[in-house]
Amino acid sequence: MFWKYGLFFSILSGGIWGVFWQIFFTVVGILTLGTPLSLELSQIMIIGPFAGILYIKSQKFLSIKFHLTAIFIITFLIFISNLGNPYQAEDENQLIIFMLILLTSFFIWVSLNHSLYNLSPGKLSKHDIESFFIKFMWGIGLIILILITLIPFYIMIMTSLKNQQSLILNPLDLSVNLNTDFKTLFNSYIELFTNFNFHLFLINSFIVSCTTVIITLFFSIPGAYALARLRIPNKKFFSGTVILIYLIPSIVLIIPLYAIFSYIGLRNSLFGLILVYPATTIPVALYMLRGYFNALSSEIDDAALMDGLSRIQIILKIAIPLSKPAIVSVGLYVFMIAWNEFLIAFMFLDDPNIFTLSRGIMSLNSSEIPQQHLMAGAVIATIPVMIIFLYLEKFLISGLSAGGVKG
Amino acid sequence: MTNIKKKNKNTLLEKEKKLGLILLLPTILIVLSVVIFPLLANFWISFKPVSLGDLRPPKLIVKERIKGNLSEKSQLAEIQYRYRNSSIKYDLENVIIKDTIPNGFTVKDLQPAQFCMIKLKELTCNLNNVSSRSSGKIIIKIHKNDQWQKELDNPKKTKPLVTFSSKNVLSSFDFNTENFKKVFSASEFFEVLKVSFYYTIFGTAGALLVGLLAAQILQKSFRGRSIVRGLLLFPYVSPVIAVAFAWVILFDPFSGIINSMLVQMNVINKPINFFGQKYTDIIIFGYVFKFPLALSMVIAFEIWRYFPLSFLFILARMQSFPEEVYDAAKMDGASPFQQFIYISLPFLIGIMSILFLLRFIWTFNKFDDIFLLTGGNAGTRTFTVNVYEQAFAISNLGAGAAVAVVIFIFLLTFSLLFMRYSKKETF
Repeated sequence: MFWKYGLFFSILSGGIWGVFWQIFFTVVGILTLGTPLSLELSQIMIIGPFAGILYIKSQKFLSIKFHLTAIFIITFLIFISNLGNPYQAEDENQLIIFMLILLTSFFIWVSLNHSLYNLSPGKLSKHDIESFFIKFMWGIGLIILILITLIPFYIMIMTSLKNQQSLILNPLDLSVNLNTDFKTLFNSYIELFTNFNFHLFLINSFIVSCTTVIITLFFSIPGAYALARLRIPNKKFFSGTVILIYLIPSIVLIIPLYAIFSYIGLRNSLFGLILVYPATTIPVALYMLRGYFNALSSEIDDAALMDGLSRIQIILKIAIPLSKPAIVSVGLYVFMIAWNEFLIAFMFLDDPNIFTLSRGIMSLNSSEIPQQHLMAGAVIATIPVMIIFLYLEKFLISGLSAGGVKG
Repeated sequence: MTNIKKKNKNTLLEKEKKLGLILLLPTILIVLSVVIFPLLANFWISFKPVSLGDLRPPKLIVKERIKGNLSEKSQLAEIQYRYRNSSIKYDLENVIIKDTIPNGFTVKDLQPAQFCMIKLKELTCNLNNVSSRSSGKIIIKIHKNDQWQKELDNPKKTKPLVTFSSKNVLSSFDFNTENFKKVFSASEFFEVLKVSFYYTIFGTAGALLVGLLAAQILQKSFRGRSIVRGLLLFPYVSPVIAVAFAWVILFDPFSGIINSMLVQMNVINKPINFFGQKYTDIIIFGYVFKFPLALSMVIAFEIWRYFPLSFLFILARMQSFPEEVYDAAKMDGASPFQQFIYISLPFLIGIMSILFLLRFIWTFNKFDDIFLLTGGNAGTRTFTVNVYEQAFAISNLGAGAAVAVVIFIFLLTFSLLFMRYSKKETF
């Protein structure tokens, strides 16, 4: 059977990788040039498989020199097959087109090198076929996964750097002219901070989030310790209730909260938010911290009790220092929840001076305000979380895995 | 001897109990006041005809004005009190307006005389009922007398005091089941139910499957793996408002990149309104299918945003798995697919079913995402969006609360199911 031969797989993977990278770099080309490029797939459907055969037949003498030659050959073939003008592009863009084709060939070859490595052209065992298949899918899967994850963020940043005129003229042109000066490039951001009070929103968001973290930790640490260590009646009931409350979404509570807070005049205030946020985060924090405290050995506590320390002293001097990483994780997780919270801020805040970032961005969502302002707002709200995330990834990931089913 | 020991132990236990409760007390109080109380209040509201306007407490607005010249001794001047019931719905009862007339004036006339009187320079008007939207005037005719002093005697110096009582729908004891009738009988109820479950089931299952796939891909070690792992968590940790709007702009029919790209590449001939179109026709082998476009886009967003979570959990579980088992399987000649199906999958099924149940609950409760993407239009109205729609868009708080009660009942059922199930599995 022909599909059991390595040669068949080299042709198949050559074709698929060829089409994949051709589409990819056509899109890249359109986005960097901002001019329409036509997507030509018929030529690559022959050149790709050829590259596959070339790779598998010459596996024995692979060297850097050979790799470079092969990439050159593929580039040459793409040029020739398109009659010297791939993508039907205009003449002034020839250099970039050449770069695109070179990159296309390079990536086709690298991908082949990954998925066909050590595959013999002859008959293959079932095991070989499956491991080829997995290797092949792994490569494609990884690339698609990364692309899908990042594209919305890429669009967010690029849109925020454009101006109204060029966005309307050509939505495809996402190239950023780096020669323009700082002021025009970051115009939307400057506008947001000078005319739309975003500096206030940023400060408000920080105040609300940090206060929420402090209040949450202040109440949940002793509570979690009590649930983990002390002999309390109905402990099981308490723990069960904590999980149940943790599952109640704010949309179920928003109407009465809105009504009550309107009545007592706390609705349109940051204080009102600071009152509500910890109530939604304390159960999560309690649930997470209880787990950490349970994992600490209770013998240390017993020894400390024997030495005459009170329970409060044990919490302050033993439990907290020992579970510092856990507390940091919980704190970061709570910060993230409070920072990203939308519904309550949206329903509660009317006064533009006390908007949090989420609420502030919502106010940019109108037809009168240009898109790039909205996206610049989105970038401003995302950056602090990203910074925290990148610096303290380890902590945040452990926080997410401990309580992250919420959200 | 043993008795004393027992007693000591008991007091220690008592102490611990007390301390434990004290430590938990603030949490209990906060949760009671901001979660449990509103939850009960929600039930209360759901049985009442409350609208958004009812939240503004009715008020009697009183304005004091002086007409005429007070500085001339012989001349008569007027103090006017204009009062108005600001509410358009509620009557005010037992309305009493009080004010002090300064010593320097002599009262000549008082209107309306049947309600008002002046005793020892104190004006008391017992107006009884002021019906909704009605208004009236109290007029006092005065002139200056000998005791008049410039600094002291300005009638406006003392503000009129108003007391009244009014009915309030929120605190009254009238209940009816109008709201529930409205919610359940509406033809859209089944539509909302269907959309909610489609969204929840496909969103949860999709995120779980993509998460499983991502975990499989990232299980293999390669250069830059930890960076990629961090990247994949981006959608989950970013603010929902930022990523939702990024999606909206990405798929915008006029200036969105996806649309202009598809048009440019001749895949479609005119732009598609991805988040605003309820159905699109898909032709497969000559049959035309009505594909729910907006709902699918919202589900795609849900999968995109929450697959990192399943991915994180599944990856953590896979890395705790002993490598030797795979080695042994390889020795026995198991192919990679067989290894996945017979070893990895049974091992992961526990965590995956727990994740499914928990994520199911959370997806069912999801509001922000759909609200920001479509506003609940184009066939994407789930129960959660319906709460907002009823309560704040149509301003019928009662109906909104009734929908919230429905959500809560679903939630309770799911969580009991979850608790029963999770006892068997260790998380």
